[in-house]
Amino acid sequence: MIALLFRDLRLAIRAGGGFGLGLAFFLIVVVLVPFGVGPETELLSRIAPGILWVASLLAALLSLDRIFALDYEDGSLALLATSPLPLEGAAMVKACAHWITTGLPLTLAAPALGFLLSLAPEAYAYLLISLLIGTPALSMIGTFGAALTVGLRRGGLLLSLLVLPLYVPTLIFGAEAVRRGAEGLDPTGALMLMAGITAGSFALLPFATAAVLRINLR
Amino acid sequence: MSMWEYANPKLFMGWTKPVLPWSFALAGVCLVVGLVWGFFFTPDDFRQGSTVKIIYLHVPSALMAINAWIMMLVASLIWVIRRHHVSALAARAAAPVGVVFTLIALFTGGIWGQPMWGTYWAWDPRLTSFLILFLFYLGYIALWEAIEDPDTAADLTSVLCLVGSVFAILSRYAVLFWNQGLHQGATLSLDKEENISDVFWFPLLVCIAGFVLLFVALVLMRTRTEIRARRIRALEARARRA
Repeated sequence: MIALLFRDLRLAIRAGGGFGLGLAFFLIVVVLVPFGVGPETELLSRIAPGILWVASLLAALLSLDRIFALDYEDGSLALLATSPLPLEGAAMVKACAHWITTGLPLTLAAPALGFLLSLAPEAYAYLLISLLIGTPALSMIGTFGAALTVGLRRGGLLLSLLVLPLYVPTLIFGAEAVRRGAEGLDPTGALMLMAGITAGSFALLPFATAAVLRINLR
Repeated sequence: MSMWEYANPKLFMGWTKPVLPWSFALAGVCLVVGLVWGFFFTPDDFRQGSTVKIIYLHVPSALMAINAWIMMLVASLIWVIRRHHVSALAARAAAPVGVVFTLIALFTGGIWGQPMWGTYWAWDPRLTSFLILFLFYLGYIALWEAIEDPDTAADLTSVLCLVGSVFAILSRYAVLFWNQGLHQGATLSLDKEENISDVFWFPLLVCIAGFVLLFVALVLMRTRTEIRARRIRALEARARRA
């Protein structure tokens, strides 16, 4: 499992892996918002939690189709399926690798972008925590979506249609936690529920992902 | 004879053929009676005026929009567990019907909401969950359309339906957390002492029966079409090989 994790990380970081692309996308979306809604600091700081969450969600979506597509094309996915490592484990490792290469950098970069949107100072800690807890769920749900569409030649658009509705609960709890943090309310409830979604997805979705992969490899 | 034998495509075609016109006729009768009764022979509500009458379209369609998804969930489970081809096709056949019911519920709600709430749309938990349900339907249908091999498509969409159901329920309760509602509580429930007045209740019941029958009739018809389409494909494949 660890070998697979390091292999995926190496592939993602080396040229053509699209590492950093998600980050750049995140930056651009956040920069575009003030152009769209106007530069008033007050308005920006009010919508900042939602913008940061939606932008990181879209950035995570961007790199999803890479999770399985290349492995499917060159046959290593079939090898993985016949290896002693259960496919469920492989699916989980893939999700972890995706999180380390997109979710984690997004989480670390988000506070810096919070400055651009003049996020309330009390909210930074909650932004960091909520993204740290929530982005693994985005990666795991996305891995399931990527597995569903891996056999399709043009799966990218379909992938977003399938995955975005699944992201709704995570987004609601994540943005709500930051907003409550910014307003000085207690965000523990939202954070706990989001942690529940993350834990639940990591417990159950690997099985669904593996089942879908077996169907697609048939 | 076990109930599973009815899912044999040939038997299914056999018993649905006589059932189909009856269910259409009954649905038509129920809808005409229920709607005419509801629209013309019930008093106006003392606060909502005549707008209350949209309930005869709104409530049954919203009910069936959710029930259609539940029916797809059950059919998907049957396909995953017993590999019943008819059940996979029935799930596929139900999805577009469910979408239309969802849209009817959203539109009639908006038409009612404009005079009553002063807005066609509000980000209310119930309205939002319905919009999310609509998106789930779209994704499900798009996945069916995208995959060529029918068995693979049936497998993948069933898994999507199972996972999607879990997340749809999660979203339902997440939006409750996110925003307070404008929509009134349930009009009909089995465990409440007081529901709406009987004057509105009986025509509504007839309308609900009409919508259920309409759903059954449409799904049966669409399933029959799917079975025929698949037979044609099989015949064409055989002809090409010969």
